[in-house]
Amino acid sequence: METINFIVANLPVIGQRTLEHISIVSVSVAIAILTGVPIGILITQSQIAADRVLYVASVIMTIPSIALFGLLIPILSLIGQGIGYLPAVIALILYSQLPIIRNTYTAVMNVDPALREAARGMGMTTIQRLREVELPIALPVIINGVRNAVVLNIAIAAIATYIGAGGLGTFISRGISQTDIRQLLTGALAVSLLAITADYTLLALQRALTSPGLRT
Amino acid sequence: MIRLDRVTKMFGPITAVDAVDMEVPAGAVCVLLGPSGCGKTTTMKMINRLIPPSSGKIFVDGRDTAEIDEVTLRRSIGYVIQQIGLFPNKTVEDNICVVPDLLGWDRRKSRSRAAELLRMVNLDPGIFLKRYPKELSGGQQQRVGVVRALAADPPVLLMDEPFGAIDPINREVIQDEFMKLQAELKKTIVFVSHDIDEAVKMASRIAIFRDGRLIQYDTPDNILAHPTDAFVAEFVGSDRTLKRLRLVKVEDAMMKEPPRVRAEDTLDTALRLMEEHGHYAVVMVGPRGRARGLVRVEIARDKKGTVAEHQEPLPGVINIDDDLRTAVSLMFTHGVTWLACVDHDGFYKGYVSQRSITNALGATYRDD
Amino acid sequence: MAAARIMAAAKLMDVPSVRSGMRFAFIAGAFAFGAYLQARGVLSGILQHSSDVTYLARQHLALTAISGALAIGVGLPLGIVLTRQRFRRYANAVTQIVNLGTTIPTLAIIALAMSVFGIGAPPAIFGLFTLTLLPIVLNTIAGLRMVPPHLIEAARGMGMTPGQILRRVELPNAVFVILAGIRTALAINVGTVPLAFLIGGGGLGELIFTGIDLMEPTMLLAGAIPTALLAIFVDFAIGQCQYWLVPRGVNPLR
Repeated sequence: METINFIVANLPVIGQRTLEHISIVSVSVAIAILTGVPIGILITQSQIAADRVLYVASVIMTIPSIALFGLLIPILSLIGQGIGYLPAVIALILYSQLPIIRNTYTAVMNVDPALREAARGMGMTTIQRLREVELPIALPVIINGVRNAVVLNIAIAAIATYIGAGGLGTFISRGISQTDIRQLLTGALAVSLLAITADYTLLALQRALTSPGLRT
Repeated sequence: MIRLDRVTKMFGPITAVDAVDMEVPAGAVCVLLGPSGCGKTTTMKMINRLIPPSSGKIFVDGRDTAEIDEVTLRRSIGYVIQQIGLFPNKTVEDNICVVPDLLGWDRRKSRSRAAELLRMVNLDPGIFLKRYPKELSGGQQQRVGVVRALAADPPVLLMDEPFGAIDPINREVIQDEFMKLQAELKKTIVFVSHDIDEAVKMASRIAIFRDGRLIQYDTPDNILAHPTDAFVAEFVGSDRTLKRLRLVKVEDAMMKEPPRVRAEDTLDTALRLMEEHGHYAVVMVGPRGRARGLVRVEIARDKKGTVAEHQEPLPGVINIDDDLRTAVSLMFTHGVTWLACVDHDGFYKGYVSQRSITNALGATYRDD
Repeated sequence: MAAARIMAAAKLMDVPSVRSGMRFAFIAGAFAFGAYLQARGVLSGILQHSSDVTYLARQHLALTAISGALAIGVGLPLGIVLTRQRFRRYANAVTQIVNLGTTIPTLAIIALAMSVFGIGAPPAIFGLFTLTLLPIVLNTIAGLRMVPPHLIEAARGMGMTPGQILRRVELPNAVFVILAGIRTALAINVGTVPLAFLIGGGGLGELIFTGIDLMEPTMLLAGAIPTALLAIFVDFAIGQCQYWLVPRGVNPLR
């Protein structure tokens, strides 16, 4: 169909927008991991802190993405960064917090306390215990959280085209405004494919990093 | 080997362990026994500083544990917990070699030691080294847990109700295996239990705790025979004398050099022997000395002929390696007051009677 | 170190006087911020659009209500059917497909709906229906699968028909998880409705997107804030349903 011709003819642009899209998502998820995982580990120390942090993170999730962009724009306009890359990245970082924090928290909490006691009694230092026992056991669940965040972010990044962030959503937005079904389909298919590929790649990574002794 | 010097632990206003003085000699199995909350586990955990003492000192092999870095201390002491705690993300081999790896042992050395230790607990290294904990049964996991504690060859082993999570049938088997292991390795072991039968079976010394205080510290037989107070007496159970029977082997309580007759001997010979010893029966042995049957005194008096013509089958025999409890049980089963004792090949070695058993048990009271 | 300080701060929150002090500070801060905004003409700017907001909000909720009702009406039965004896083997395949569906970005779904149905409310409703359907089906299946098998066995032993077992045993035990699925699905739904504007479906998205295009923050906020509030409200409302309507015996929250 025409769409296929369109795709073939515009491969470089598609490639570029894909890279833009991947860049926004990767940067946000990377920063979200750097903030989310330590927070997730910290809140395992206090039930109250855990409840509060998780509640705040889930409230953020209920805010519709376009609304959050909308709220960030005026604020960031004050420093002249109202539209484009920055509000998109910030919003994505915020949305990634819940899956990452909650999964890290759950993963660490679910480590059997008997294992901690055995590790301590055998003479492991805290770092050794984290490295040899707790993190290997918690890792699959944490990566699951990262995976959820990545898929979520790919979807939201598509919407970020409306605040000038670029990415694959541009094909969709132009396709709608110009009633050009070729662009529309290209955008929809490209971003869906990206999401599905990312999901399965991270799933494979999750499986690869799961010790055989932990696989159910 | 391990010495506790007025060791005390307070949790806020509560005294969990109160000025405990205790010495565990090298190679001994010391069981800390008592009801829940008596301080036995806290005491044990102070030995490897999982719980720091509030006051008092603990010496392991002459060195004050407070002066050793706790991580180093723990790597030199084996530790086994009730829930076992095998790391699910590591193979059995890697689990066993955790402490050797932490200590920087040569890999080949630690791996071959792991295989050797597994063989000692009847687990085929070829099959089990590469398995993961979730593929093992509870009993197998427990054995691996014990092996893991022994991997770095520590002189001291601490065990917190290690066999509690296993079903009673497997527990007996594992306890027996463990005792065989200990006979070979001769570690100094401190073992927490709340089961008096387990303690009596496995300990060379028992320490009875109550409300944080060490009430009695002695050999199992002495604790059973001479409980210090009503609490200990009740704790060990009102059948404590029966429990003592378990501690004595038939071999140690039997009358040796027993009278015996052969098949071709006459009944007169048999009668004479019985009257000489004041017995009402005598055992007939085969040409090489194996117990074959018996002749009762009434038969010997009334009849004439050879032993072979008038012998009756033995009501039951007891192996010299069995304990007295089994012997007494067998006596009740067959309704007799004495039993012939044989070794593994069936050779007649001696006999036990109710009188001889009562005598052996009473010896400890006569010494007072 | 930092962690200890954060923990100390969190623990400080437990002291009642500290809490009320913080609450006061928060309200005072909100007031101050509102006054600041008013000084900048922001608040009045937002209130200017209030008639639009009411109209569009109604449209917005209508879209949510219709697509949500359709999604529940299709998703629940579908989830129930897939956990029945006969269809169990299809359950895994369908779950895989549905999982795949949840991976597809929302904008793509809206766009694909438009490519099939054109513009206006119908494609919007269809797109919303699709993405609301998926979590509902997944959670219905999960909730029903989580019912302890021994309960079903007991019911069968008592002589209940499969229909009775479903109504009296399985659904009551699964309802908490199913409601959780509906809650997530509807919250996502409300949050996605703004995109319906892009294909002519109406809703508060009009204010948001026009506000972005015209670089008018007040219009933008007039659309964004009500949308956010609606989403939070829907989530809260269904959360309350979960808490109060689900009987205590099967309600982990009570």
